[in-house]
Amino acid sequence: MKCSTCQAKAAIEIRRHNAAFCGPCFLAHLERQVQRTIESEKMLAAGERVLVAVSGGKDSLCLWEVLRRLGYETTGLHLDLGIGDYSPEGRKKTEAYAEAHDLPLQVIEVKEETGFSIPELAGRTRRPPCSGCGLSKRYLMNRAALEGGFPVLATGHNLDDVAATLLGNVLHWQVEQLTRMTPVRPASHPRLVKTVKPLIRITEREAVAYCLLRGTDYHEDECPNAAGATLLLYKDIVNQIEAVSPGSKQAFYQEFGKRVRPHLAASETVTLRECEACGQATTGEVCAYCRMMERARQVTVRRGRVTRTVLEVPPA
Amino acid sequence: MKVLIRRPRREVELPGRRRVRDVLKELQINPETVIVVRGETLLTSDDVVGEEERIEVIPAISGGAR
Ligand code: SF4
Ligand SMILES: [Zn+2]
Ligand SMILES: [Zn+2]
Repeated sequence: MKCSTCQAKAAIEIRRHNAAFCGPCFLAHLERQVQRTIESEKMLAAGERVLVAVSGGKDSLCLWEVLRRLGYETTGLHLDLGIGDYSPEGRKKTEAYAEAHDLPLQVIEVKEETGFSIPELAGRTRRPPCSGCGLSKRYLMNRAALEGGFPVLATGHNLDDVAATLLGNVLHWQVEQLTRMTPVRPASHPRLVKTVKPLIRITEREAVAYCLLRGTDYHEDECPNAAGATLLLYKDIVNQIEAVSPGSKQAFYQEFGKRVRPHLAASETVTLRECEACGQATTGEVCAYCRMMERARQVTVRRGRVTRTVLEVPPA
Repeated sequence: MKVLIRRPRREVELPGRRRVRDVLKELQINPETVIVVRGETLLTSDDVVGEEERIEVIPAISGGAR
């Protein structure tokens, strides 16, 4: 197979674009794609400081490397979730990358910040780890961006992520979630930072190829809690369709944005206010994060037939 | 040829020379979900892997949030 651009031997085939690329042409192609996404979706303005959420996995390191090469002023943000052997490794890769490229990096240790690691939080709230983890990540990242004075937070969500999420939301007709499925979440409240997903036109496979060709060392292992996650099932299904009908994955997500979402957007009329406990934006009196942390701090004590709920751990 | 697969990490032995496409088919791996490498070199589906060679199938799909 030959490179569609320069006729050298190809390193990767991209069937949905009916193209193949040699290493250097692929790197240029991917970076151009990201730049175009950033421009067409008005994600980042030139000279704007960007906080990049980096787990140490292929997607977030691919994103950081691309943004760095495109000349954006980036700072990394890593959340150490305190999950077994998984978290230390991701942190190590993130720190190594930041050091190698002399880039600023902020690390938040979730346990130190909130009193509980993600597994402890799951145990105490009796909720699946991913639910507390997702909520904590969104909350802590937004707060870090606000405190650091960053106008925008970038995450490494790719085409596989958004297509699989879209499938899940369609299967269950989660209209509210569908409405929120935008490449850019604007700062709809003074306590909310704009978030962007510059990799939404890049597949996971391309992110891996990019890291390999750039020599960017990423954390290959999966979070132990991801195994069996429904998102993986949806990704698998989407990719089975993609294998038979290249381009389906991208069309599914892109056409949703063009043809369906505009009709849904009109129905989004939530009023945001400040959480009474922490001041972050929320629809209720107390935000979901503060409510979760409150529950985590309580332990139920049973003595005979009397059940008492006490606050065991003071707020962090 | 030897094929190194991850998750779980294991090595499979396949007889003869084959195209990457056929190796993946034999192992029932969706080509949209992996990158195949020989050493540091990325292979495309039509590349031929020799009898004595060793390739690695790197998974691309992950389930965790970013
Ligand atoms: S898989 Fe779940 S617990 Fe693990 S990092 Fe992702 S959201 Fe958190
Ligand atoms: Zn080329
Ligand atoms: Zn709050």
